[in-house]
Amino acid sequence: MTSKQKKALWRIVISFFLLIAAALIPDQIYPAQYWVIDFTGQWMPSAQWVEAGYTLYSWGIVKPLAYLLPYLVIGWDVLWRAVRNIKNGQVFDENFLMSVATIGAMVIGEYAEGVAVMLFYQVGELFQSVAVHRSRRSIAQLMDIRPDYANVEREGELCTLDPEEVAVGETILVKPGERIPLDGRILEGASALDTAALTGESLPRDVGPGEKVISGCVNLSGVLRVEVEKPFGQSTVARILDLVENSSEKKARAEHFITKFARYYTPIVVFAALALAVIPSLAGGQWVVWVPRALNFLVVSCPCALVISIPLSFFGGLGGASRQGILIKGSNYLEALAKTGTVVFDKTGTLTRGEFSVTEIHPQVLSPEELLEQAALAEQFSTHPISRSILSAWGKAPERERVGEVEEIAGRGVRATVDGRVVLAGNRKLMQRENIPLPEEDQAVGTHIHVAIDGTYGGCLIIADQLKEGAVQALCDLKRAGVKKTVMLTGDNQETAAAVAGELGIDQFRAQLLPQDKVNEVETLLREKSPGENLVFVGDGINDAPVLSRADIGVAMGALGSDAAIEAADIVLMDDDLRKLPVAVSIARKTMTIVKENTVFAIGVKFLVLVLSALGCANMWAAVFADVGVSVIAILNASRMLGVK
Amino acid sequence: MKKTFKLEELDCANCAAKMERAIREIDGVTQATVSFLTQKLTIEAEDERFEEIVKKAAKVCKKVEPDCRIIIK
Repeated sequence: MTSKQKKALWRIVISFFLLIAAALIPDQIYPAQYWVIDFTGQWMPSAQWVEAGYTLYSWGIVKPLAYLLPYLVIGWDVLWRAVRNIKNGQVFDENFLMSVATIGAMVIGEYAEGVAVMLFYQVGELFQSVAVHRSRRSIAQLMDIRPDYANVEREGELCTLDPEEVAVGETILVKPGERIPLDGRILEGASALDTAALTGESLPRDVGPGEKVISGCVNLSGVLRVEVEKPFGQSTVARILDLVENSSEKKARAEHFITKFARYYTPIVVFAALALAVIPSLAGGQWVVWVPRALNFLVVSCPCALVISIPLSFFGGLGGASRQGILIKGSNYLEALAKTGTVVFDKTGTLTRGEFSVTEIHPQVLSPEELLEQAALAEQFSTHPISRSILSAWGKAPERERVGEVEEIAGRGVRATVDGRVVLAGNRKLMQRENIPLPEEDQAVGTHIHVAIDGTYGGCLIIADQLKEGAVQALCDLKRAGVKKTVMLTGDNQETAAAVAGELGIDQFRAQLLPQDKVNEVETLLREKSPGENLVFVGDGINDAPVLSRADIGVAMGALGSDAAIEAADIVLMDDDLRKLPVAVSIARKTMTIVKENTVFAIGVKFLVLVLSALGCANMWAAVFADVGVSVIAILNASRMLGVK
Repeated sequence: MKKTFKLEELDCANCAAKMERAIREIDGVTQATVSFLTQKLTIEAEDERFEEIVKKAAKVCKKVEPDCRIIIK
């Protein structure tokens, strides 16, 4: 609690006891009470006193004055602010409305009510202030990735500077426990880095000389000397902070609705109160009935519950996501993400690693190792990714002297002389051209590289792009999170695409697409989706900027260090883990649920109390609950988002 | 030019919304946001008149919420 909140608490306690004291003062005083107790030894009801001919004296002005004391203790600041704001031309503010409502209650003789309503209002304000304070603190913690200083080596000396003052090319020293202040490359030292603040990944990452390091990570074990590669403003940490801080500027539709609602709600309720106080009373003359009802209206007229809790929910959602390494560039995208119906994936780099490797070896005559060796030797001069993958599967240094004449046959494969024998390695077309009988094509996924030695079929190698770790689970989780359709786009041939799609459990795929076809496919899918649902496109941020911007929501993944991807996408997954996508969707859904709950609850309770007040079924207590009570509940509900793990 | 200022003692969310609206109406301001949660005011306005506009914004804020201060460095 801050000192201001403590002061408020004391005022509440003091005023509460003064209120009880005032309430304990009897309404009327009995003269010569001592005499009665002496005489009969028991209490006698006042009615009998009157019968017995005694006069009852009223406390008159004393009792209202006794109530005024706790009222002023608890309400002086509200009254003062009301006066000050009227002077500034701010009529419809909360302070003024509370003042009118409570003074009104006292004027019509409901002293205890007037004080209690003010007291309850202040208790609510205190709760609200504590809740806001706590939320602000968790937001500040969320943003607490900014490095405070950098240890720079200048002229052989180590000086501590603001990261903004460090130039590119300078050398900085990062000790264990410190945050890396700027993006750079390690010159000396090895250590483990905690990247949790950026990626949400809890496992430390090992780094050594020559490797790039990213600002915002915490150095855990060894001392690092780092050469600065980017000024602070362009460093990862500054960019992320900038994104998170500005993300609340892109407001969601729910937020615009609340702003508009707040603008019209208060004046409407205040004028309704005025009408309620004046019109029926002029007609029927029952001021005592209608004025209290109108006062209730004034108490309910502040839209604070919504104005605080809705942005707080969004902020919590955005913040919770960023702690997981999911950067969402605005509340509007969070809102849109909650309505995800279709997710479209680019295959290479998103669902698969984009690295080819030998997955299976099917020899006919030789041992698997020999078959691989023959193919590797024949392919060793080729730079094709598939040839490279065969070489790396073989795992030995190339042996040029064992290979004689090599002929590359474009689109088919190679023909080489290895250890004096003619080795053919390539696709089906190559074998057919050389008249080598092939066995039936098997069902294995990937590119088949057939090998023939001296005119006899030797077997085949299967080369495939490997699925990303977690891709299958991510797709499964997306379905569970309510995504209806998943689609994969790829430049691969139909068979490979079908196989990968089957393995992943993806609903649809579009194969043999050229990069420019992807935009058209996404546009077709955009037309097919049902209204009210959004299409998410997930890519690796390389070469797919047009598609990212065409989709309702563009998600780039593996973006740590890739500026282009951060620029182009609406949502950025900082690390390479596709499983973050369903997490993002569920955070979005949860945020929107809370936003809806709060909107319906706050407007509902306020409306209900307004109606009941107009009918005379609700007292001022209910009205105060509908004002501050609802605010506190809504804030507490919204702050659930801040704890999202 | 776009600049962010810290706000102190911003205690009421509705006031923040009112301030935002009032600052946007100042002549020369292209965009203004008041974030109740981060207690920050961002003003985007014409370069030449920026100082003057910030002063006006401070005045407007004072009018809406007298306890609230803009920290101008």
